[in-house]
This record gives sequence, structure tokens and C-alpha cells, in this order.
Amino acid sequence: MNIIIAGDGRVGSTLARELSAEGYDLTLIDSDPHILESSVSRYDVMTVSGNCASMPTLRQAGVMDADLLIAVTSADEVNLLCCTTAHALNPKLHTIARIRNPEYIHQIYDMQDTFGLSMGINPEKQAAREMERLLKFPGFLRREVFAKGRTEIVELKVDAESKLRDARLMDLGSIVKCRILVCAVLREGTSMVPSGNFVLREGDRVFVTAPTENLAILLKNLGILTRRVRRVMFCGGDRVSYYLAELLKNSGIQVRIIEADEARCRELFAMLPDAEIIHADVSDPEVLEDAGLGNCDAMVTLTEMDQLNMILSLHAIARGIPQVITKMSQVDNRTLIDSLNLGSVICPKELCCNDILRYVRAMQNQTGAALSVHTIADGQVEALEFPVEANTKFCGVPLKKLKLKPNVLIASISRGAHTEIPNGESMFAQGDTLVVVTSGRGVLKQINDIFQ
Amino acid sequence: MNYKIMGRFIAQILTIEGLFMLPALSISLFYGEWNAVQGFLAAILAIAVTAAVLFTLCRKAATALNAREGMVCVGISWIILSLYGCLPFVISGEIPRFVDAFFEIVSGFTTTGSSILADVEALSWGILYWRSFSHWLGGMGVLVFLLAIAPGEKDKGFTMHLLRAESPGPSVGKLVPRMRKTATILYLIYITLTVINIIFLLFGKMPLLEAICTAFGTAGTGGFGVKNDSMGSYSPYLQNVTTVFMFLFGINFSCYYLLLLRQFRNVFKDEELLSYCGIVVTAIVLISVNIRHLYPTLSETVRHAAFQVSTIITTTGYSTTDFDLWPAFSKGILMFLMVVGACAGSTGGGLKVTRLLLLVKSLRSNVGKVLNPRRVRLVRNNGEVVSQQLLDNTNAYLAAYVCIIILSYILISIDGFSIGTNFTAVLACFNNIGPGLEAVGPMCNFSGFSDFSKLVLSMDMLAGRLEIFPILVLFSRNTWRK
Repeated sequence: MNIIIAGDGRVGSTLARELSAEGYDLTLIDSDPHILESSVSRYDVMTVSGNCASMPTLRQAGVMDADLLIAVTSADEVNLLCCTTAHALNPKLHTIARIRNPEYIHQIYDMQDTFGLSMGINPEKQAAREMERLLKFPGFLRREVFAKGRTEIVELKVDAESKLRDARLMDLGSIVKCRILVCAVLREGTSMVPSGNFVLREGDRVFVTAPTENLAILLKNLGILTRRVRRVMFCGGDRVSYYLAELLKNSGIQVRIIEADEARCRELFAMLPDAEIIHADVSDPEVLEDAGLGNCDAMVTLTEMDQLNMILSLHAIARGIPQVITKMSQVDNRTLIDSLNLGSVICPKELCCNDILRYVRAMQNQTGAALSVHTIADGQVEALEFPVEANTKFCGVPLKKLKLKPNVLIASISRGAHTEIPNGESMFAQGDTLVVVTSGRGVLKQINDIFQ
Repeated sequence: MNYKIMGRFIAQILTIEGLFMLPALSISLFYGEWNAVQGFLAAILAIAVTAAVLFTLCRKAATALNAREGMVCVGISWIILSLYGCLPFVISGEIPRFVDAFFEIVSGFTTTGSSILADVEALSWGILYWRSFSHWLGGMGVLVFLLAIAPGEKDKGFTMHLLRAESPGPSVGKLVPRMRKTATILYLIYITLTVINIIFLLFGKMPLLEAICTAFGTAGTGGFGVKNDSMGSYSPYLQNVTTVFMFLFGINFSCYYLLLLRQFRNVFKDEELLSYCGIVVTAIVLISVNIRHLYPTLSETVRHAAFQVSTIITTTGYSTTDFDLWPAFSKGILMFLMVVGACAGSTGGGLKVTRLLLLVKSLRSNVGKVLNPRRVRLVRNNGEVVSQQLLDNTNAYLAAYVCIIILSYILISIDGFSIGTNFTAVLACFNNIGPGLEAVGPMCNFSGFSDFSKLVLSMDMLAGRLEIFPILVLFSRNTWRK
């Protein structure tokens, strides 16, 4: 498949790395030849320098033979114009544009066809959604939803007091008193798909599959806080902050935003009637106390500076705030970041990349293909959702009799409204939805690939 | 320095070399040349053992190469390729001295075509084939070949650095997004042109094996012939066919790809191609006028002029006549063509037409700046402004080029040959041409030089083929520092 990526920034080059490793033919467009030079020497891609919204540049990049265009330059307008122009040149082209300005959000959804857009993607909004999920279910570092919300893969950290510490995976069921499955463990930066004898250690990040209805039981039995978040403080009033406040509007969670820029405070006040806006500079620790950090049960750090966000989060955790979420615009060194106790770390650009990758994989797939592909454990593990179809092999055969490929695990079987965490006796039938976890990237293209 | 991944590359390259010795081996078997069979078998065995050892030692190499490692890797692998490639010559006893054999195979792989052999016809067919085949493999590059066939997931280490280090030209780009596809396309074009060349030669009643060897020499713009007088005793038809194909193999291969894509306008407006054609035609006309009195008919004059111009500018090195006997003006033109060389992205060597164009243009813009300091004058190529980076690189290349010529000239002067001999010997080796003038002229050979000079010239050939820097970094202390 031929893919054009317009804009060789952080998202563009991350996409280039992932997609070229998966074997797609990529052409990168950027106006800066130096940036392109560094990409071409690192990844197996071709580059064109120029304005990606102009017809000659698009032609030069081979838009006529391309299957997908991803516009991720820093300017929304350029992204849109790029997609519109490219789509006019080649009507069969799929186009994805990154649009970040909230003022454009509605027209993007309503006028998708007019713009020739297949998908508009808004990293800040996604980040806000992710944070909302975490705030509504405190205790997890991250949640990935599958099978129309019936199954989830949640991320937990094993800390010193955790009941999971030094537990064997086969004994886990008796600790948490519900059926769950550990589908991946991330230890010191390397991921593994563990077996029953695996013993968890302090500092591990554990990825657990569970039916959504069991999440509350899981948290309760693990002794992790189950109190609902009542009051949350946002440090910084950027776009994510606005989106998140908007999402939390009717949830009964009281939002308090601290923003240093007065004009922005007024804007936020106008847009968010339910939120409490405080005009102050968060880099001053006294400000947080004055703003009532003590009686908040969650804090989200959303300033533009990653360093400040990290320090604020460390401070909040030291103060004993139960739920802390840190926004980072760069997570180049995940291992290092994990070694700090920053609560949940959310990177809008990473989410944006994951969404685009998911779209590309779904596009590639035909029948029997994955409904969605999520990457977990810092991108080292893939969780794929497959529908069981008529041509799927081994329907109605107990799992213990199946020979799966190494490092492949069936994490859940959803049937109707019910989700089953499988054991050796479980079997799947036509119409079910399976979640499959694998540590090989891009290996599974369709469901029958999981069998040996 | 990531030695493991380099080891794996070298093992892979040796494997390919070993596989390519099999056809030569079967030719020797067919003709019953037992010495050559022995030589090839021993060489294949040595290669197999070395490759196996390297593969086991470097099993766990995963990461990609950086620019420095890419260059070092290319430099070293060419030297190792030559070290093992000359084993059949030595072991079969046909070129008993190791230095001679090394010079001969380096001359082969770098598509130079300079020989230390006085009597080529005495060689066995298997050895002749291997000698010519080394031109063909070296012409497009053995790493490019590896890129084209290397197994799927494992080609992570293949970065642009390798392609850049091995392919000639100032700005090496890809034809298509995938490196492997680019390499495959290049080799497909190369193979197709070679096969067409063989067919044309067969039409001229050349025996099959001779036709294959001649076509290999033409395709790689190498110049090892199978006859003592190179192409002199062949019919005018065969000489003309070779003239045309040498010219074709001196053209940038991306032009052929554009032709396949039916982008004719881009090809025929390409400045480098136009200049290349211009230089060739002008040189043929000037030489024809200058040497008219030496040959009985006009057609013979033009045929010899065209053949010699084509052979020198593409850096092939065949000859149909002893151009050392030509007047000074013609020899002067030929020396200029030696330096110019073929187009970037072809199999030819030399400075490359595109570099010459850039140098002339940047000289013009600098002179313009002196006369009128406020006027903006940037260098354009094919209508687009050339980056300062590329101009700087080209200037640096020229500087390195001149330094190496001077240094090698001084080093081989120790042997006491005439200035003309020494200078053209360096030019002929460094630009991968083959014959020079006077004592290393088209009817003579390099056997008179001392072993030391032969090694210097071997290094020159490698530096010329790999465009200096991959060989130069091997001699830099910084490269080997931890």
C-alpha cells in the first residue's frame, strides 16, 4: 500500500517509523529538506520537499498511485487543504487530517465529504477522552476498550504495597475473586506474554483483560481506591483542559482550572460555565495550596512544559493526591518516565499515532480481519479484536486442544452482552468477538493467523 | 562501532560471492580446466568457512547502521570481496603472485580493467569468465545486489547510508519508496540491458562465452577483454555495438526508469544527459578531424574516434586501436574525458558529469558575485536551486580527488617511470578506466610496476569506485576510536 505523510514533525516521523517497519511504501512531504534528510537516513522512505497542499508537490509525491494520505503538519488549514486537493486529484484516495482547533471540530464531522476527508483526528480531544475514562475509573494507568465496550485491557502498576506483589499469576483469581487474565507484563522496558508460573515483581506494569462489569470488583479486591473522584484540579488551561472539562460537565465531578494567562482565563470562563477558573501561575507551589489542592481527589497537569508537568505531578503524589494524570508532549524515553512516579502519563501525539496506525491496519485488512488493533505496553504488544466468522477454523474446539502460535494469547471471548475470560475449557463460535494479544508486531493479519 | 552487524554484512556478501563462483566453476569443469577447478573449489571452501564463522559470531546483530558504520562497512566489504575474489587466480596458478592477483581482481570489481597480464589469451575460460563477471557485479555494486535479494524482515540494517556509499554520484536518491524495490529495479534494468547487449554481439557471430564476457565488461564499464588486442581484431559491427552499449551504460540508470514510466520529457530535458551527449559528440568530432590522416577511410576514422571516446568517458577501457600513437591534441581530449567520467548513477567512474556541471556553474556564480556583489545568483540544476550543502560536498569531493591524485602520483613515481606514464596510470586507476598512456597505454599493461605501486593503485581503484570517502574513512583514526 502506498501512503503519503504530509508533515515530517514528531507525529509524522513516528508514523514513518512504524509504517515503514510494517512494510508500507511511504513518501514523506515537508517544506524543510533538512528534516527530510534525517528521516530518509533513518527509515526506508522516499521524501519530497515542498508545500504539501500544492498540486505539483502532491503529484511529485505520487498522489495518483497512493492509497492513503495522512496530513499532520502543524497547521490545521494546511492539513485540510492538503486532503481536499489530494482527494480532488485522486478520488479513490483515503485521507486523514489532524485538526486541533476546537472551532473547526463541528464542521469537520459535518462536512467530511466536502473536504474529501476520510477521518479527522484531534489528538487533544482524544487525550481528553482518555483522561475522562481514567478519572471515572481511578486506579488504572490506562484503559483500552474492545468489543463495543464489553471488554477492556487495563494497565496496573505493581507497587510496594500492592497485593499483586510477588503473586504467581495462577493464584491471581483467588486474590481478586473474579476471572481476569494477565495478557502482558512490562518489566524494565521489555514486554512479555507470561505463563501461569510467572511471578509479579514490584515495578512491573501489568496489562489485565477483564469484562467491563468486573472492573469495580477488581479494584476493590486489590485494595486500590474505589472512592469516586469528586473534585479535580487542572494545572493549565490548554485545549486538552477545555475538552476534558467539557466531557466532565455532567459527570458530577467538579472541575477547577488554574491558568496563568488572564485572557485565556476569560475565554475558558465564557466556554465552561460549570468550571471554576483560577488565574494564577502554577509554577508557584503556594498557588496550588491556595487553590485548594488539599481537598481535591485528582489532579491533571496540562501545562505546555513537560518538565513543569512532571514536577507538579511528583508534588501532587507526594501530597497524597490519589489520582494523578500527567500530560507529556514527548515520551521518547518511556523506561525513564516509568521509573518516576508520575501517575498515568498521557501523550496526545502518541494517541494520535496509535489511532492513525489503527486506521491503516483496518484499511489493509479484508475479510476475517481485525476490527481494531490497539498497541499496549509502549507499543511492544498488540491487542487485536477479531470477529469469528464462518471460515474461522476450530470453532467449538476447547482452547486447550488448540495449538496457537508462540506469544499469541486469546484474551477474551465476547458473546452477546456477556464477556468470558477464557480458560482451557472455553471455546468460541461464529458471531463471537475475540480479543487476541501478541508480542509480534504486524504478524496477525486475520484470525486464522493465530493458529500454528 | 557495531562490529557484529558489519560482520553479518560481510558474511552475506561473501556468501553471494561464493554463489557467483559456481558458474565460473562449471565453465571450468565443462572445458576440463582442472587447475582452475581446483582454484575455484578452494576459494569457495575458504569463503564458506569464513562466512559460516562470521554468521555464528554475529548471530545477534539487530540494530541499523549509522552513517559512519555504513561507510566503513562498504569500504571493508569491498576489500574483503577482493581478497577472496583473487583466490582462484592464485590457487589455480594462472596468476601465481598474490599482489598481482589482488590488483587484477580489484581492477575487476572496481570496473577499472587495468591488467597486469601480458597474455590474456593464455588464461583458462573459467578464470576469464570470473574476471569479466567481477566487472558486472562491481558495476552496479554488490551491496545493491544484496539489498535487492536480502530476506524480508532482516533487512532492517539496510539504510540509505549503504546505498549512498556504494552508488556513484553526488546526490543518491531512491526511485521508489522502498530500498529493496529500488535496488531490484536497478538490477532488472541492468540485467535487461546486458542481455540485449549479448544478443547484439551474438548477431555479429561472436562465440557465446566471448559475447558474455565482453558484455559483462561493457555493462560494468570495466574493460577486461578476452583478447590480447582488446577489441581490435573484432569486426566493425561488433566494435560499433560495443561503442553504443558503453555509451548506454554510462547514462544514469534512473533515466531508464523514467523512460519505463513514460516520462520522456524529464529524460530528454535532463541537463546531465544533454551535457554527456554534448561532450561525447564534440569529442568525437574534434578527434576525428585530428586523426583523419592516420586512417585510410573516413568511416574507419570516425569508428575509432567514437569507440575511444565512448570507452574513455564511460571509463570502460576497451580499445580498438593504440591511441597512444595519436597526436597530442587527441590524447589531451582523452585525458580530459578520463577525469570527467560518466553520468552519476551509471556504472561508470570518474568525477561524473553532474559534478563537473555543478562545479562549472558554481564557479560562474562566484565570478558573477565578484562583478556584481548584490545580485543573487544561486546554482540551478534541472531548473531547481541546488542546496549549498550539495555544493559544499561537491567542492570537498573535488579537493579530496585532487589530493589523492597528487599523493598517489608521488608514491608511484618511486618506480621511476616517465611523468606521462605515472600520471595517466593514476588517472586510469583512480577513475576506473583501465588503460592510460605511454607505458600503461592500451596495448601495454601494469605488470612493470612494483608491488608497492600495485597496492597503491589498487587502493586508488577502490577509492575511485566507492567515491573516495568509504576508503578514506578506513584510514582515519577517528573511525576506529571507541
